[in-house]
Amino acid sequence: MAIIKGRVWKFGDDIDTDRIIPARYLNTSDPEKLAEHCMEDADPEFPEKVQEGDIIVAGKNFGSGSSREHAPISIKAAGVAAIIAKSFARIFYRNSFNIGLPILEAPEAVEGTEEGDIIEIDTKKGTIINTRTGITYKANPIPPFMEELLEAGGLMEYIKRKYNLGEE
Amino acid sequence: MGMTITEKILADHSGGKTVEPGGLITVKVDVALGNDVTAPIAIRKFREVGAKNVWDVNKVVLVPDHFTPNKDILSATQAKILRDFAIEQNIVNYFEQGEVGIEHVLLPEQGIVLPGDLIVGADSHTCTYGALGAFSTGVGSTDLAATWTTGEIWLRVPETIKFVYHGTRNKWVSGKDLILYTIGRIGVDGALYKAMELRGPVIEQLPMSDRFTMTNMAVEAGAKSGIIPPDDITLDFIKSRAKRSYKLYYSDSDAKYSEVIDINVSEIQPQVALPHLPENTKNVSEVSNIELDQVFIGSCTNGRIEDLRTAAKILKGKKRKKYLRLIVIPATPTIYRQALKEGIIEILAEAGAVIGPPTCGPCLGGHMGVLAKGEKALATTNRNFVGRMGHPESEVYLASPAVAAASAITGRITHPDEVYQGEE
Ligand code: SF4
Repeated sequence: MAIIKGRVWKFGDDIDTDRIIPARYLNTSDPEKLAEHCMEDADPEFPEKVQEGDIIVAGKNFGSGSSREHAPISIKAAGVAAIIAKSFARIFYRNSFNIGLPILEAPEAVEGTEEGDIIEIDTKKGTIINTRTGITYKANPIPPFMEELLEAGGLMEYIKRKYNLGEE
Repeated sequence: MGMTITEKILADHSGGKTVEPGGLITVKVDVALGNDVTAPIAIRKFREVGAKNVWDVNKVVLVPDHFTPNKDILSATQAKILRDFAIEQNIVNYFEQGEVGIEHVLLPEQGIVLPGDLIVGADSHTCTYGALGAFSTGVGSTDLAATWTTGEIWLRVPETIKFVYHGTRNKWVSGKDLILYTIGRIGVDGALYKAMELRGPVIEQLPMSDRFTMTNMAVEAGAKSGIIPPDDITLDFIKSRAKRSYKLYYSDSDAKYSEVIDINVSEIQPQVALPHLPENTKNVSEVSNIELDQVFIGSCTNGRIEDLRTAAKILKGKKRKKYLRLIVIPATPTIYRQALKEGIIEILAEAGAVIGPPTCGPCLGGHMGVLAKGEKALATTNRNFVGRMGHPESEVYLASPAVAAASAITGRITHPDEVYQGEE
């Protein structure tokens, strides 16, 4: 998963979890159903437009508000491969690592990226290349523990290994 | 070097003597909460990983409060997943309808959360319990499943911002106004990843209900937690409720803060947060021309008995404006019964309010008061995001119960002084 290359969808500041997945759809936790409404109140056409492997690039405080894991789940199930933002709200940040969705804080990369650009992310090195401009950006480093979470495929897989669960 | 109350609670629960802000630690959890929206995902993860039993049936709390009484087949299915799990695992603190109320009002009321506890909940307003002098924070469903499995959780030790409230509160300025004003000042990411420690002579005089309202909204400033040092008011609140031991922690005088913010409350007037961010605050008198379709009094922020008393005082003998919907939802069954006993329900019903059963209801646009396109609501809740209470083109204004009650009478955002001349 070290290299992720995809097309960018760009969003502004303070995109809260109500815009990522409105509460009217929280009567289910089925990832596929949630994906049908992903980002709907920020861009009603997003669920139609988004393609497997696309990347979301957003401003500050992405994912603020509710603790609903439905938000990163809907994004992941919609096929989004990674999110880059100037900053993330804290529960959204945890949730994303816990479910194995790569997210990176990189304010300069956000400034230098436009909708439709193709960018290449190296999650190991923490670099982001904009293939249109050729500029390489550096993301804030991911703490080693959280890298372990991503590598394991999320928190539950990590715990399963650590505590030897699921073995009769 | 000295430590903050937050650092001390975290250190004690991590098995160490000290912790450093920024450090990642694993801590033992005293209470792990889930609701009918977040727990079904946690239950799925718990099973997927092959876990059999939760680590402690006394420490797992399940509260079906968001879409209950169930609004449709899908939400009934979610609640059933929760109920079946509670039965299977023998969860002590599972609350069925008739007992269930909004989690963040219910848990303190029932003595489930106590000072010095380390509490995690798959709900962002879990930070509410900080008002008791506990460390309490919102997490996701996977975190919750992991905690059920191991009894532990990983946390990043937050830096703390100290807020010192001093001066004299103006008439009608409640905990809600203080916290709205604070968020207006520092912004919705003003305390991102940090702990907010709320102190000062004004806080020391606030009743528990207002303290809960304030820590409830810490997350609206991006904070990991909000906390208030326990005192006699705290102890008075828990004395009849606590059924187990607890511990009081206090910040050292030489504790290190990332920032100290001084707030002179004498300058604060009743506040309203305009759409679509809690930081868009104004004095009520600056926006009194905004006409409303609905007023909602309830939620984990302001659905307590004190809030209903304030609303009843202002609405007594008056009527809501014609065509305005006034929805009042007591946060728990105990509050509902107390309001019945005190005649509050009758006063509100005579004023034209519809009284709902304890539930989150319209707070998150779930049910019982969802807004149509273009409608405006004033609510005593904590979030006014786009689409929060219904259609993406509806609007939510946040304010205190007093402002809500006054606004219900006139049909526009109204300062309580305009409709009520008595004492606060
Ligand atoms: S009342 Fe509103 S904010 Fe509080 S827990 Fe329920 S939905 Fe969340």
